[in-house]
Amino acid sequence: MDIEEINVEEKIGPVGEILKEEDGKLSVLIHFLQIIQSEEGYLPGDSLAKLSKRLGFPLSEIYGVASFYKQFNFKPRGKKVVRVCMGTACYVRGAENVLSGLKEEFDIKEGETTEDLRITLETVGCVGCCGLAPVATVNDAVFGEIVSKKVDKLIKSIKE
Amino acid sequence: MERINSIAKLKNLRIRLKENISNTDRNRVRVCCGTACSAQGSHKIVQAFEEESSLKGIGIEVVKTGCQGLCQKGPVMGVEPYGYFYQKVSYERVKEIISKTLSAGVPVRRLLYRESAADDPIEKMDELPFYKKQVRIVLRNNGFIDPCNIYHYIAAGGYAALEKVLSSMTPEQVLEEVKRSNLRGRGGAGFLTGIKWEYAKKAHGKLKFVVANGDEGDPGAFMDRSLMEGDPHSLLEGMLICAYAINARYGFIYVRHEYPLAVKNLTTAIKQAEKLGLLGGNILGTGFSFLVDIRQGAGAFVCGEETALMRSIEGYRGMPTPRPPFPATEGLWGNPTVINNVETLAQVSYIILKGADHYRSIGTEKSPGTKVFALTGKVVNTGLIEVPMGITLKEIIYDIGGGIRNNRRFKAVQTGGPSGGCLSEEHLYLPIDFESLADVGSMMGSGGIVVMDEDNCMVDIAKFFLSFTQKESCGKCPPCRIGTYQMLEILEKITSGNGEEGDIERLEKIGNLVKSGSLCGLGQTAPNPVLSTIKYFRDEYEEHIKDKYCRAKVCKGLGVYRIDGSECFSCGLCKRACVFDAVKETKEGFYIDRDCCTKCKACYLVCPIGAVKIGGRLIPWVVPEQCEGCSDCVHACAVQGLKMYETGNEGIFIPWLSDPDACVSCGKCAAVCCSGGIVLTTHVEEAKQRFLTKRPKGLVAEDEKKKCRLGMTDSNDFTLAESERYQKDKYTIDKKGG
Ligand SMILES: Cc1cc2nc3c(=O)[nH]c(=O)nc-3n(C[C@H](O)[C@H](O)[C@H](O)COP(=O)(O)O)c2cc1C
Ligand code: SF4
Ligand code: SF4
Ligand code: FES
Repeated sequence: MDIEEINVEEKIGPVGEILKEEDGKLSVLIHFLQIIQSEEGYLPGDSLAKLSKRLGFPLSEIYGVASFYKQFNFKPRGKKVVRVCMGTACYVRGAENVLSGLKEEFDIKEGETTEDLRITLETVGCVGCCGLAPVATVNDAVFGEIVSKKVDKLIKSIKE
Repeated sequence: MERINSIAKLKNLRIRLKENISNTDRNRVRVCCGTACSAQGSHKIVQAFEEESSLKGIGIEVVKTGCQGLCQKGPVMGVEPYGYFYQKVSYERVKEIISKTLSAGVPVRRLLYRESAADDPIEKMDELPFYKKQVRIVLRNNGFIDPCNIYHYIAAGGYAALEKVLSSMTPEQVLEEVKRSNLRGRGGAGFLTGIKWEYAKKAHGKLKFVVANGDEGDPGAFMDRSLMEGDPHSLLEGMLICAYAINARYGFIYVRHEYPLAVKNLTTAIKQAEKLGLLGGNILGTGFSFLVDIRQGAGAFVCGEETALMRSIEGYRGMPTPRPPFPATEGLWGNPTVINNVETLAQVSYIILKGADHYRSIGTEKSPGTKVFALTGKVVNTGLIEVPMGITLKEIIYDIGGGIRNNRRFKAVQTGGPSGGCLSEEHLYLPIDFESLADVGSMMGSGGIVVMDEDNCMVDIAKFFLSFTQKESCGKCPPCRIGTYQMLEILEKITSGNGEEGDIERLEKIGNLVKSGSLCGLGQTAPNPVLSTIKYFRDEYEEHIKDKYCRAKVCKGLGVYRIDGSECFSCGLCKRACVFDAVKETKEGFYIDRDCCTKCKACYLVCPIGAVKIGGRLIPWVVPEQCEGCSDCVHACAVQGLKMYETGNEGIFIPWLSDPDACVSCGKCAAVCCSGGIVLTTHVEEAKQRFLTKRPKGLVAEDEKKKCRLGMTDSNDFTLAESERYQKDKYTIDKKGG
């Protein structure tokens, strides 16, 4: 995304007409961070610096907001992001075993990325398919009912 | 799409649409495309239907609906005009559905729902036990209409409440109606919605905001998500009515970024409503304006809290602020703001249409209406349900949920997510509403119901919830930030086998301090899961601490691992699974060496027949009175620790363990003994003492006749009664394992 090009007013939306300019800009800061994250996979330092210039907020303030929210990463992530659901329903039905199986297979801990930047392993709260617990997602695809035998299948499809 | 510029035109449009869209006499399939069914391939089914129908030239209308509720049996679909309900459909079955049902009117029997494989099938949706007890108000359209098509919503009676409000009610009347309905917030606390609106209406300030809280951070809840995905317009209509009542011009919907489909469907809904003139300026030509925008959360549970949510919308770190000032008087950018849960707002149009009196006739007196729950955990039918307040947990779990999976035993039910508590069997008949749940130490919360069976350890569950809130604490208040951490450390200690006397009391003390010393609801409720499990399952905590035993066999590092020699069929899987080489093999079979065992559970999980047992340690107990002297046990012993020793009666031998520490609790001795001369006991210390301090040599039968059955001996030796006491296991050792 070209940060210089973004149309801030449009993103602020109709409330912009009643907000002070600074309030309006601040209200879309998180939105921009989300866009950068979804395009780059993480928040690169130079993009944040550009954003700081574009919106006119000090870089420290931007880092302050970004570091509060779990969604944002400051390090590059793997091509495939595997998220094991650790929501209540999944936990109760044995998500621990799924997670430990994946950790062992790829030799990384949760929140880490393999050295070749292929796989990032994460846990999430609840992905909303508790009916299929335990659940894991690989990028946007959902894998349900991963009882121990299917962990191998999941690993296979991650490797593909 | 043409802008509708008067109320009369909307009415006409609805009549026309009803004839087209809601008539049930044409070929139509309603395929669930909610998150769970999509994950199981419902889009492939839709595609197959579309291809087949154009190929064969038969007109089939395919409606992609939101979540129909029965996620467990997905993908599910309804077929009109016959009304059949199909479950576990796959795209390969589409041809069959077309040829049998849509062409000939007969159901595809193998796709019909059955209680069990041997039961008769059930053809219609509302005859399913899962749906029978439900009352669907909020979910009235969910699973029925296409959420991406505003005309579907209008045809189903949508925006009729807005029509009524704009044409015949003043804002004051609307407010009065909502107040009279006693509608209470579904976001957790149950605050009266009408009162909240009134505060905002009376508050000074030209600008007012309406915010829909769709953050739904509770791990294990997906009601708001299903609603936003499956019926976004009902949320918009609720917001519009609220805005009209309090005279607000702007609204926000705050959605978790983890819900991309909800964001997409809401965006579509807003665009369509704007095009039709149902949102934006001069709505339906009445001069009333309302603008809605979406803001996505960025993954912080505490942002579900209303003051934190507002900070997050404004672009700051999402930390709660003290109340008062309440959002209703000083909210977004200092302006009066109504924040309501998504489900609360979705109830509003129903109340306006049917009237407050009708609404109050549903549910209980203090908590009228219905509540949507996400029923999950160890029940047969998990999914999304809507029930009237006051229903009992038993009805939810057994009648709707179909009971516990795999015929296990019910143990506990958790309501209210990380802020709620665990309830036990004694609460199954509790009619649930806001007050009754709070009275027993739990909470309505957002509406997750997680059912647990005997394989769930309550200490572990408490630890799970607490580690969630501990991670999510924003860190502003020390009691919340540090207290939850300390509690978690204690729980960690207990579940790893290092619990000490007094830990339970420490947990209670810190828990109460955290509750009273925290600013926002997160800290104030975070100890609930721990405190409620201590209250109702204290014996499990005590077992962990005193006996180092976890009855659900969840906590690693607790209990003694042993292989039951009488069940093991020597496949050797456990030996291969154990990376610590703790599974040893002798001529007589496998056993676990306690010195090497790290209690990692690998053997327990791999054994195909459950011959690996976790429990208190077992040790043989010799019952001389019963022993026949055959020495079978001596030969069976996995470590050859048993030897025959001569008793005081010449020529009579009984088995004895000269080194009790060598015993690996394989239990083979007791298994081969056919006279009851050797049994297993968990009273390890007593048995060890007996083996070490008393010797068979001292055993003399006083009566010649009983010579072969060693009877009473002199007083400092053991008696039969004593033996019996020790034979009894402290824990019943389950034969099947877990
Ligand atoms: C830690 C915490 C998390 C919350 N999460 C949510 C949530 O996810 N959704 C929600 O509607 N309300 C949530 N609430 C409650 C809100 O603060 C607020 O009470 C609610 O949105 C008001 O709406 P209602 O009156 O319709 O219930 C949360 C509260 C706390 C303290
Ligand atoms: S109670 Fe916890 S989450 Fe709430 S404001 Fe205080 S520290 Fe933050
Ligand atoms: S896995 Fe089970 S059956 Fe096989 S050797 Fe081990 S205990 Fe025996
Ligand atoms: S708890 Fe795993 S999907 Fe909801």
